[in-house]
Amino acid sequence: METVTTDSPRNVHIDMGARKPNARPSGEPVFEVADLAVYYGPFRAIRDVSMSIAQHQITALIGPSGCGKTTMLRCFNRMNDLIEIARVEGSVRYHGADLYDKRVDPVEVRRRIGMVFQKPNPFPKSIYDNIAFGPKVAGFKGNLDDVVEESLQKAALWDEVRNRLKESAMGLSGGQQQRLCIARCIAVRPDVILMDEPCSALDPIATGRIEDLMQNLKDEFTIVVVTHNMQQAARVSDMTAFFTAEVNEEQDRRTGVLVEYDKTEQMFTNPSDERTENYVTGRFG
Amino acid sequence: MAIAAKGPRTSDVVAQQLRGRSTDVKGIIFQAALLFALLLSLLILLVLIADVARGGLGVFQERGGEFLRGRLTVVSPTTAGVGQGIVGSLLLLIFVVLMAFPVGVAAAIYLEEYASDTRFNRFIDVNIRNLAGVPSIVYGLLGLVIFVQVLAPLTGGKTVMAGGLTLAILVLPIVIITSMEALRAVPDSIREAGFGVGATRWEVIRSHVLPAAAPGILTGTVLSISRAIGETAPLLVVGATTGLLATGGRGFFESFREGYTALPVVVFRWTSLPNEDFRALTSAAIIVLLIMTLSANAIAIILRNRYERKW
Repeated sequence: METVTTDSPRNVHIDMGARKPNARPSGEPVFEVADLAVYYGPFRAIRDVSMSIAQHQITALIGPSGCGKTTMLRCFNRMNDLIEIARVEGSVRYHGADLYDKRVDPVEVRRRIGMVFQKPNPFPKSIYDNIAFGPKVAGFKGNLDDVVEESLQKAALWDEVRNRLKESAMGLSGGQQQRLCIARCIAVRPDVILMDEPCSALDPIATGRIEDLMQNLKDEFTIVVVTHNMQQAARVSDMTAFFTAEVNEEQDRRTGVLVEYDKTEQMFTNPSDERTENYVTGRFG
Repeated sequence: MAIAAKGPRTSDVVAQQLRGRSTDVKGIIFQAALLFALLLSLLILLVLIADVARGGLGVFQERGGEFLRGRLTVVSPTTAGVGQGIVGSLLLLIFVVLMAFPVGVAAAIYLEEYASDTRFNRFIDVNIRNLAGVPSIVYGLLGLVIFVQVLAPLTGGKTVMAGGLTLAILVLPIVIITSMEALRAVPDSIREAGFGVGATRWEVIRSHVLPAAAPGILTGTVLSISRAIGETAPLLVVGATTGLLATGGRGFFESFREGYTALPVVVFRWTSLPNEDFRALTSAAIIVLLIMTLSANAIAIILRNRYERKW
C-alpha cells in the first residue's frame, strides 16, 4: 500500500545530505501517512490525509482552530489511544513499519516519538526527577546525572537550573518549564519530537528561545510542530502542511482536511491553492 | 470651555455615580443569617463539650490513669474503666486500616484509571455512592450473617476480627469515593506527560498520579477512620460485649479471635444505667473517645503535609 505518492505530498524528498553528512540517506521519510481518517465516536475529525515527513527537518502543521492539526499530531505517537472514543483508519508508517499494527506496543512507540504539549506540564517533582523519569522507566542503567545534565544542556536550560536541580519544577517560569519539558523529552533519546503549539502559552522572548532551540535540535531529531502562529511556521519550519476544516452544516461538525503540503518557502510565497493563500495572507482563519 | 463650565464637572458626576446605594440592607441581613447559622452550630458543639467536660474531668482528677486501665463493668463505678474499650477500638482500627485502605484505594484506581466508560461501570460507580449512604445498622446485619455466622471458622464468631471486618466494609465506600475524587483531581496533563515519555499506565499511576492524589486519599481515609471509631450500632449487632469481659493472658494475634468491646459501646452501655455514678464515667469515656478521634485526624494531617512538601 505505497499510496503516499497521491496528490498532497510534493517536494518531500528534498536533499538534506549536503547539510547533514551523518544523516540517514536523504529522502527516507520518517512517517508516511496514507488515507488517514480519525473518528471521535461517530464524528470524523480528519479525513483523507496523506503526507510524508522527512528526517531531520522541522515540519509545521498549520491551520485554523478545529482543523485537526493536533489530532493529526497525536496520531504519530498513538496519543489518541488515550481517548477512548477515538478511532484511526488508514495507515501511518514509521520508518516503513505500520504504527497501528495490532502487535505494536504504544509504550514503545512513545519512547521513540516524544511529545511536548501545548501547556507546559512538568511533573510536580524536582527538576532532576522530571528529566530522570523517562530514562528510568526505559530501563536506563548508566549515570542518570549525566543524562540530566546533557538533556538540560541541549534544551538550553542547564545554566539557569544547574544549582537548583533538587528544587520543584513548579517554581520555574512558564518558558523554563516548557524547555524543561523539551529536556524531559530529549532525555529518552527519541527519534522524533512532536510539539503541540509549544509556545502558545509563552511570551515572545520565551517563544524566541524555544524557536532557536528547535533549530539546534533538528540536527539530531526530526521535529513535527503544530502551530497556529503562521509567522512561527515561516520562521522555523522546512516543510509546512496547511489544514483546514470542512464544515458539515447538517451535523454542525468540522472535519479537517490537508489542503497543501510543500516547502515552507513555497507555501508562504507562492502557494498553489487559493485557500492556502487566503490563510497565509491573513484573509481567512 | 464656556459650555463645560456651566454644567456640573465630569469628575463630580462620575464620583456621584460611583458612590452607589447607601446601605445594602438585604445583603446585611443575609450575612447576619449566615453568621447566626454558624454560631448556632458552634454553640451546640460548645455546650456538648462543656457538659461532657464538667461531668467527666472529675473522674480523671479522682482516678487518673487508673480509669484508663480499668475494666468494663456495670456494677462497680469505683473500679469501672475504659481500658478494654480503648484496646478494643484500637484493634478494630487496625482491621479497618488494613482492609479498607488498600482495597478501597485499589478499587478507586481501577475505576478511575483503568475502567472504560461503559454503562456497567457507571452503574457500579453510582451504586458505590449509594452504599455510602446505607445506614450502618444494615452493615451490622450484613456482618452478623457473613463474618459472624458464615465465616465463623475463620473469625471465631463474635470476635474483634468479625467486628473489624464489618467496620471495614462499612467505610469502604467512603474510602473508594474520596480516593476516586482525589484521583480525578489530578490533571490529565500529568498523565499525558508520563505517557509522552514512554511510561506504561502503571508507571504513570505509581510515579505521578498516586503521589499527586495522596493528600486527598489520606484525608478521605482519615475521615472514614474517624467514622469507624465512633460507630456503635453495627458493633452491637456483631457482638461487641456490653457487660463484663474476661481477660486472660493472651497474645496480640490471639486477641483478634476473642470477644471484645469498643469505646462507643462502653459509652452506650453506661448511658443506659440508672446508677448516677456512671454518668460521670460516661462523660469521661466520651472525652477519651474524642481524644482518640482527634489524634487520628492529627496523624493524617501530619502525613498529608509531609507528602505535599515533597513536591
